[in-house]
Amino acid sequence: MHVVYPVVVSALLFSIGVYGVLARRNAILVLMSVELMLNAVNLNLVVFDVWLKDRLHSGQVLTLFVIVIAAAEVGLGLAIVLALFRNRRSIDVDRLRDLSERDAPAEDRS
Amino acid sequence: MITVVALIVLLPFAGAVAGLLGSRWPRGGSRTEESNRVANRRAAWSAIVPASASLALTAWLAVWSAGALPRGSVSWSGGEFWSGLFPGATEGTLTLVETGSVPISFTLRADGLSVLLGMLVAVVALAVQVYSVGYMRDDPRYPSYSAFISLFTSAMSLVVFAGDLIVLYAGWEIMGLCSYLLIGHWWEDRANSRAAVKAFLVTRLGDVGFLFGIFTLGVAAGSFRIGDVLRADIPTGTLVTATMLLLAGVAGKSAQAPLHTWLPDAMAGPTPISALIHAATMVAAGIFIVARLYPLFLGAQPTLDVLGVVAAVGMLGAALAALAQNDLKRVLAYSTISQLAYMAAALAAGSDQAAIFHLLTHGAFKALLFLCAGVVIHHVGSNRMSHMGGLRTALPFTFAAMTIGFAALMGLPPAGGFFSKDAVIAAIEHSHGPAQPFLYGSALLTVGVTGAYAARAWLRTFFGPSRVEPLPEPPPGTAHVFDGREAPKSMLWPVGVLAVPALLLGFAGLPDVDWGSAAVSLLVALLGAGGVYAFWRSAPRQDPARMLGPFRVVCERAFYVDELYRSLFARPVLRLARAVARADGQLVDGAVRGSGRLTIRLSGFVRLAQNGNTQLYVTGLLAGLLLITVAAVVLA
Repeated sequence: MHVVYPVVVSALLFSIGVYGVLARRNAILVLMSVELMLNAVNLNLVVFDVWLKDRLHSGQVLTLFVIVIAAAEVGLGLAIVLALFRNRRSIDVDRLRDLSERDAPAEDRS
Repeated sequence: MITVVALIVLLPFAGAVAGLLGSRWPRGGSRTEESNRVANRRAAWSAIVPASASLALTAWLAVWSAGALPRGSVSWSGGEFWSGLFPGATEGTLTLVETGSVPISFTLRADGLSVLLGMLVAVVALAVQVYSVGYMRDDPRYPSYSAFISLFTSAMSLVVFAGDLIVLYAGWEIMGLCSYLLIGHWWEDRANSRAAVKAFLVTRLGDVGFLFGIFTLGVAAGSFRIGDVLRADIPTGTLVTATMLLLAGVAGKSAQAPLHTWLPDAMAGPTPISALIHAATMVAAGIFIVARLYPLFLGAQPTLDVLGVVAAVGMLGAALAALAQNDLKRVLAYSTISQLAYMAAALAAGSDQAAIFHLLTHGAFKALLFLCAGVVIHHVGSNRMSHMGGLRTALPFTFAAMTIGFAALMGLPPAGGFFSKDAVIAAIEHSHGPAQPFLYGSALLTVGVTGAYAARAWLRTFFGPSRVEPLPEPPPGTAHVFDGREAPKSMLWPVGVLAVPALLLGFAGLPDVDWGSAAVSLLVALLGAGGVYAFWRSAPRQDPARMLGPFRVVCERAFYVDELYRSLFARPVLRLARAVARADGQLVDGAVRGSGRLTIRLSGFVRLAQNGNTQLYVTGLLAGLLLITVAAVVLA
C-alpha cells in the first residue's frame, strides 16, 4: 500500500479535528475533536514507522505514549467539563466568557 | 598644650551632646511639669559646667601664653598688641587627611589673637548660659536650646583656634547651622522661622564665596594650613581674587552692607541668643578671619578698598536705621551692624589692632546691652520701646548696667568703647587710601548718629512717663508678662559680671589714645546725644526719632534694602520657581500621563480580540501557525 493513502486519511482526520475544535460549541465534542487530531498524529506515526522500516519501532512506541497521554488528558478534560456543568448547568463553550475583557479599565488616577 | 586647646573646643561640644541626649533620659515618660523641670535642670548643668571648664582652660591658656617666650617657629603675627600681651603660641596637628591633592591637616593653634578671642567667646558664652537659665526658665525646649548654645560656642572656639582653613570652615558652617536653629527657637510663629531661614540663606550666600576663597588660597599655597598660606608667595592677582571671595563670606557672617539684612531679622530669636550672636560668635568670626589672614589682605589693596567702601556705607546706614527703630532689640541689631562696619573700616584702614580691640570691647558691651535688653523685655513683656519708659526706678540695677553699655556704645570716656573707637578713628584718620576721606567722614558722622540713637534708646527705655501695660497673654517671641520686679538673680549676675569688662577693658588701650581725634569724636557723639536730648526734653512722651522728619520712615525701613532685595531677587526667584513647578506639572508630568493615556487608548484595539471565546483564540493561533509555516516553506 502506498504511503500516500494513510497520510491523506490522517490529514483528513486532523482537519476534521481542527474543524471540530474551532467550530463545535459543545465542550465534549471539542474534546472528541482533540482526540481525533491526536489519533491522526498516531496514524501518521505508525505509517511512517512502517514505511521507513524503523528497526527500533520508535514510531509505534511513541504512539503508545500518545495513547496513554490522551487517555489521561481526556480524563482530566471530562472532569473539567463535569465540574463546569455542575456549576453552570451548561457546557456551551461560546457562553463561557468569564475571562473576556468586558469593561474598559479605569483611567489612571494620578 | 594642644590637648588643652582641643579640650576648650570639645568640652562645649560634649556638653551639647549630653544636653541633647541626656536631659530627658531615660526616654518614654510623658511630658509633665515635673519632668520638664528635671530636664531643664539637667540641661542647665550640662551647659554651664562645660562652659565654665572651657573658660577656666582658656584662662589657663592665657596665663601660660602671657608667661611664655615667643617661639620663632610659629610666630607670624609679630608686632601686634596681642602678640605682646600673649607671646606664647602653640600649634599642633591632630591628624592629617589625605585628599589626593592638597591635604587637610586637622590643626589647632593658639596664639595671642586666638587666646584673646577665645577668652571673649568663653566669657560671653558662660554669661549667656547662666543668663538663659533664668530667661528661659519655663520654656519646654530649654534643653535643646542650651545644647545648641554649647554647640555654637564649640564651633566658634573651633574657628578661633583653627590652624587650618578647612577646619576653620567647618566651625564656620556649624555656626551658621546653630544660628539657624537658635533664631528659629520659637518656630511656632511663622515670622520667626522665616527669619531663621533668611539668616541661613543670606549667610550661606556669603559662605559660597568664602569656601571658594579658601580653595583659591589653598591651591595657590599648596596647603590649607594658615601658617603655610600666610608664608606662601601668592601672585597678586590670585590674592585679590581669593580675598574678594573671602570678603563675601565675611560680609555674610559679619553682616556687612550687601548681606546685612539677616541680622535685624535675627532678633526673632531669644534675647540671650542675640547677645551671643552679636557679641562673641558669628559676627565676630568675620572680622576675626580678616585679622587672622591680615597679611594676605594687606597684599591685596583693591580688596581693602572695597571693604572700606562697604564699611563706610554700612556704618552710617545702619546707624541711621537704628535711630528710627521702635523695637529695642532692632536698635541694638543695627548698632551691631554699624559697629562691625567700624571694625571693617579699621581693617580697611590698615589697622587690625584697632579692629580686634574694638571687637573685644564691642563684644563686652554689646553682650551687656543685649542681656540688659533681655532683662527689660523680660520685665515689660514687649520688645517695643513705645511700651517702655520710666524703668529706671523699677530696674535700678539694669539701668546702671545698661547706662554703662550705652556709654561704651557712644564712646564716652571711662567706658571701653571710647578707647577702642578712638583707636579705630585714629587709624582711619592716619590711613592713606582712595576711600580714606569718604571713610573718615562717614565714621565721624556715624559717631554722631550713634550718640543720637544710643541716647534715644536710653531715654525712651528708662526715662519719661511709664508706658508699661500688662499684656494679657505673652505672644511667642516675648518671655513673660509684666510682673513689676527685677529679674531673677541668674539673669542679673551675668549682667553685673559683663559690666566690668565693658567699663574697664578699654583702659588696656590707654597708652595709645590719640587725644586729638578722641576729642573730636567725643564732641560729635555728645552733639548727637545732645540733639536727641533736646528733642526729647521738649516732648518726653514722643519719640525723638521725629527729628528725622520725612526721612524717618526711610530709616525705619532701613532704606528699603529688604524691599529692594525682595523685588530684585526674591520675587523673580519665586516666579521662576512657580514657572518651573508649572513646567514640571504640565510638561513633564503631562508627557508621562499622556503616554499612559495613549497606551490605554491603543490597547483598546487589542482588547477587542480578548472576548473570552477560547475558540477564537485557537483560531488565531492556528492562523498564525499557518502563516509561519507558509512563510517558512516559501522563503526557505
